[in-house]
Amino acid sequence: MIRSIAALAAEPFAGPRAAGDGAIHIDGVRKRALETGRTRLLVAGALFLLAFAVIAGRMIDVALLRGAAIGHARTQSEADAPVGRADVVDRNGVLLATSLPTESLYARPREVLDPAEAARRVVGVLPDLDAADIEAKLRSDRAFVYLRRNLTPRQEYAVNALGIPGLYFEKGEKRVYPQGNLAAQLVGLDDLDNRGVAGIEKSFDHALQNRHEPLRLSLDIRVQTVLHDELAKAMAAFTAVGATGIVMDARTGEVLAMVSLPDFDPNSMAGASPDSMFDRASLGVYEMGSTFKLFNTAAALDSGTVNLASSFDASQPIHVARYEITDYHPQNRWLTVPEILVYSSNIGSARMALDMGTATQKSYLERFGMLAPTGIELPETGAPLYPTTWREINTMTIAFGHGMAVTPLHVAAGVSAIVNGGVLHPATLLARADAEPVPGERVIKPETSRTMRELMRMVVTDGTGEKADVPGYEVGGKTGTAEKTGVGGYRHKSLLSSFVAAFPIEDPRYVVLAMIDEPHGTKESAGYATAGWTAAPAVGRIVAQIGPMLDVAPAAAPGPADARLRVAQAPERQGVPHPSPLRKVSLAEAE
Amino acid sequence: MMTLGRTDTSVVGRWWWTVDRWTIAALFVLVAVGAILIMAASPAVAERIGADRFHFVRRQFVFLPPALAVILLVSLLPPLWVRRLSCVGFALAILAMVATLLVGEEIKGATRWLSIGGMSIQPSEFAKPTFAVVIAWMLSERQLKLDFPGNWIALGLFALLAGLLLLQPDVGMTLVVSAVVFVEFFLAGLPLFSVLLFIVVGLAGLVGAYFAFAHVAARIDRFLDPSAGEGFQVATALQAFHSGGLFGRGPGEGQVKEVLPDAHTDFIMAVAGEEFGLLLCLGVVGLFAFIVLRGFARSFGSGNLFAVLATAGLLSQFGLQAVINMASTLRLMPTKGMTLPFISYGGSSTLALALGMGMVLALTRKRYGEEVAA
Repeated sequence: MIRSIAALAAEPFAGPRAAGDGAIHIDGVRKRALETGRTRLLVAGALFLLAFAVIAGRMIDVALLRGAAIGHARTQSEADAPVGRADVVDRNGVLLATSLPTESLYARPREVLDPAEAARRVVGVLPDLDAADIEAKLRSDRAFVYLRRNLTPRQEYAVNALGIPGLYFEKGEKRVYPQGNLAAQLVGLDDLDNRGVAGIEKSFDHALQNRHEPLRLSLDIRVQTVLHDELAKAMAAFTAVGATGIVMDARTGEVLAMVSLPDFDPNSMAGASPDSMFDRASLGVYEMGSTFKLFNTAAALDSGTVNLASSFDASQPIHVARYEITDYHPQNRWLTVPEILVYSSNIGSARMALDMGTATQKSYLERFGMLAPTGIELPETGAPLYPTTWREINTMTIAFGHGMAVTPLHVAAGVSAIVNGGVLHPATLLARADAEPVPGERVIKPETSRTMRELMRMVVTDGTGEKADVPGYEVGGKTGTAEKTGVGGYRHKSLLSSFVAAFPIEDPRYVVLAMIDEPHGTKESAGYATAGWTAAPAVGRIVAQIGPMLDVAPAAAPGPADARLRVAQAPERQGVPHPSPLRKVSLAEAE
Repeated sequence: MMTLGRTDTSVVGRWWWTVDRWTIAALFVLVAVGAILIMAASPAVAERIGADRFHFVRRQFVFLPPALAVILLVSLLPPLWVRRLSCVGFALAILAMVATLLVGEEIKGATRWLSIGGMSIQPSEFAKPTFAVVIAWMLSERQLKLDFPGNWIALGLFALLAGLLLLQPDVGMTLVVSAVVFVEFFLAGLPLFSVLLFIVVGLAGLVGAYFAFAHVAARIDRFLDPSAGEGFQVATALQAFHSGGLFGRGPGEGQVKEVLPDAHTDFIMAVAGEEFGLLLCLGVVGLFAFIVLRGFARSFGSGNLFAVLATAGLLSQFGLQAVINMASTLRLMPTKGMTLPFISYGGSSTLALALGMGMVLALTRKRYGEEVAA
């Protein structure tokens, strides 16, 4: 082909003057071709003119007019953009989680000219990186690779000053938890890409990504601090493996504080153990022990099975099948209903439950919310464990809190219903709006609730919960000491000691629960590891601190102690109905 | 100023009175603007790759005097010699391109450069202008001798060149060469039905390129969806135009050259926009438009079909490169690595363009009845 072109090139061009006979014809053809060429030249020229005009117009547009939207808005949005993810705050607006703008260093390995040199210099200013690792990343065939997330401005400046081509900064944000450990499991965590992976951060991940106003929780960080402090002290004092506690608004179901120990610092997760991430308050399910007697007693009273004067034979342990039910504080006599609670009698509770019957017990427990997850706004929520076939033996053990496992949060919510007049409000971590009516379902009658408050007060004044009392804040409550299950049965030395309280008991505002996991007796507790010596004093200290914080007015003049009826002094006779020992108490409180 | 009498019949004298001095002036201004912009844009790039600051400036300046000389010398040639030069040049360029594929070294994923005596030459740059002239000859010959298979020879040469270009691969240059062939066929009186057919085939070729070349697909995807990221160069370029405004931030005050890898080649207009402002950019656009349209206007009066086709082909190549380069920078089309004639860095490109524009000047000289076979 090239040869033919060369041949043509050598051949003289046939101009019109050199043309022979066909000259006129060729001239005509040429003229017509030229005419067509000229017309079409105009078309081509017009197209070019149009193209250059469009380019000039676009230049004016970009440089002077819409450029403002392209260039300027871009820088401005980068500088002033509020960081994306919404804050999480407590009920008073204290920051629990917030996002700070940061820069992440990344590379486009294909643009890096000398990976070894680049890696050496980057590690020179960011010594926490590994040069070999960085070099491997820079040599990879990927289009994009992160070298280090979340640089400080100083680090960013230092890397920038290296002037290595192929390295870039990506604007991002980093989640920061100003309260550190305080509400670690509850607020939860984000991963590197700011997606919630635990706690509130996970359950409200979508909302936090898409809203701008902070998410307000029911939590009160001051109360949380007190609870955290006291539980940590108790845990240390009794060399326990863990502790958990809850402060709940008895009238609304709002959780003001919820702590699970051990915990972790969400700002530096290195070394956080799985145990520290486990939320004992809402995820862990436990056989709660004697605190369950509150539900048993409330159900028996409310269903009309018993009244305060009813009494039960607690003189002998009960033998059922191969089990033996005994009392920890054996009185070896008949006990009235108040005495059963005050002395925390397992035998009496079991007999009471038998009188009430399995169906009634189960239906009350269901209404107290014990058979379903609490519905709290956390991904880490434990479902209760209870017998699928509810036999008589189950009825008896569940009466004193064994053979059924619930979360401590279940107990706090259930006790709130017992003391607040009888209405169960679903537990929540979100602050309820003042105007909106609080959802709730009646579980027991207001009179039953009143009686239960009196009984709970008696546990503190005369029973196992004495160490929880706080002068001025009439505390009522119930201890619970459960043996933890181990391989092949209960481990007698591994206890779960808990105390659940309400204050002020006349018209309770708050329910406080503390549970200590495997406490060991000390000299101060006279060697005891039971709830009355470990959890109850902690609750007392908590109430003493949060009462003033929460504007609970202390009782101006507590009734004289001698005006109160002491259960222990009340003469008891087997089978003889006794006039309500509580009548006097009520009178005293009415004064 | 050179003074030459109207009666001066020497080669230079005749040249002076017949050549388009306005186009020469425009070309020289363009080369001067290019020299200034290379000095503005390239030191930052040179420094970034670890070379001496004036590495690119020096290398480009070496080519400028020869380029100006080529423009002037080639413009002295009569049309017949333009044609002979092109035929020889095209043959050499094709041979060199074949050699490039065999022994050339790969830079940035393409095999385009041939190293001769320490100099890197890009043969495909020289294929472009010579090809435009050869095609013009074939097509005009076809109009004179109806039995001459000029159209088919032209298409065959086009297939050869396009094939070699795609093997490198150089999709952008294939696009330009295709457009040049199309323009020349169009001007040579291609029936409108075939014009439509060409357009359809061209579009099919573009779609084919999208699926055949990953980098083409990526660039088009990015253009269609800038949020998919990596519109970084273009986004930065647009910002540069804005920050430059009407009068620019002043020479040396720009920022884009610090971050754009191709600040001295594909994105040189962004540097111009930032440092020298909109007015200079519009001036550059005006110069390109002037050169192209004035060339068209001059050939409009020409009685020589070969000259008309060759001029239109050469100017289309020149103008199209400018349009594609600036449109990419301004985000009017997907990014296409295309140098801005006489402004972007590149020795082969500058010399080849000088050759092409010299031929345009030669072909648009007034010839008052003087015909091609002088």
